[in-house]
Amino acid sequence: MRAREDFLAGARVVSPMLLGIVPFGLIVGVTAVGAGLSPGQALGLSTVVFAGASQLAAIELLGRDAPLTVVVLTAIVINLRMMMYSASIAPYFRRLAAPTKWIAAYLLTDQAYAVSIAEFRQTTPGERSRRWFYFGAAVTLWVPWQIVTVVGALVGASVPEGLSLEFAIPLTFMALLVPTLDGRSTEIAALVGGGVAVVAAVFPFNLGLITAALLGVASGVGHEVLVGEFPTTDASAHGDGGDSA
Amino acid sequence: MTTSYGTGAIWLAIVGAGVGTFAIRLSFILLLGRLDEAPPTVEGILRFVPAAVLAALVAPSLVALSAEPSLGLSYAPEKVGAGAIAAVVAWRTENVLATIGVGMAALWTLQVVV
Repeated sequence: MRAREDFLAGARVVSPMLLGIVPFGLIVGVTAVGAGLSPGQALGLSTVVFAGASQLAAIELLGRDAPLTVVVLTAIVINLRMMMYSASIAPYFRRLAAPTKWIAAYLLTDQAYAVSIAEFRQTTPGERSRRWFYFGAAVTLWVPWQIVTVVGALVGASVPEGLSLEFAIPLTFMALLVPTLDGRSTEIAALVGGGVAVVAAVFPFNLGLITAALLGVASGVGHEVLVGEFPTTDASAHGDGGDSA
Repeated sequence: MTTSYGTGAIWLAIVGAGVGTFAIRLSFILLLGRLDEAPPTVEGILRFVPAAVLAALVAPSLVALSAEPSLGLSYAPEKVGAGAIAAVVAWRTENVLATIGVGMAALWTLQVVV
């Protein structure tokens, strides 16, 4: 019964995010078909890659006939941020069996990470199963993502443009961005990342995003080094990572 | 806009991006299962990735650099307005539903008004 309760708690926390994820997934499906991918390939991207922003970038680059290495590398660089999620959430997954770790890693997203880490810092493993809460959140994001990608790919260009549904994408990222600004150094990283991204948007093959992210991170680190606070680590992430379930 | 790549090439890109992304996701979950602690320097650097990347994803959807008639920023006022309102909501509530809901409602309202 505990497993079911914790799974549902995770599902409940991410459910409002579906408001942004459903139109995002529809757009990814629509864009994929528009760029010349088949609906099967659109779904393939969603199941194999399962990371919206990088899927969209890969689709756009494929549509522009960018070199395949640029397509793959761009998608990977856009997803580099997940390495931090992996590092941050790893202590809570330490006691999971190896196959469970692999499945948990496959399902790791901005949203599943953000809600899980917040929950794990507020509860003990006895109060909240790490495994079941995480899978409740992650699966609730995965299933609709697959469905709406296919729907978008099949419905195609008939999604009403006047609704500007694509604007829900930057809004979702903004909602995830704001809580990460926890001090001057992260604010500088965001300002430089955002500023460089605007200027470097003229770079081919989404290299502007890579450049912006790297310069943003470097600026944040640089500021911390200057004020003598580097490296700042989150001590609370290293508490008992055990899973009672 | 339509790709001239064949089926095999597209699947190659999908699998390549997928394997790379999975390796990133699995990296520290696997590694930290063996180590006691993440190297502080690595963690100290990675800490900035979400702020930098998310800001880099948001900003170009609100403003763009333009060269004509002179170097400057071009933007859709209703998107910048809605983005600003959403940012305030995100900051005050840290609630994704509220941020998206208010942001979209603001955009639709401003599209009618502006």
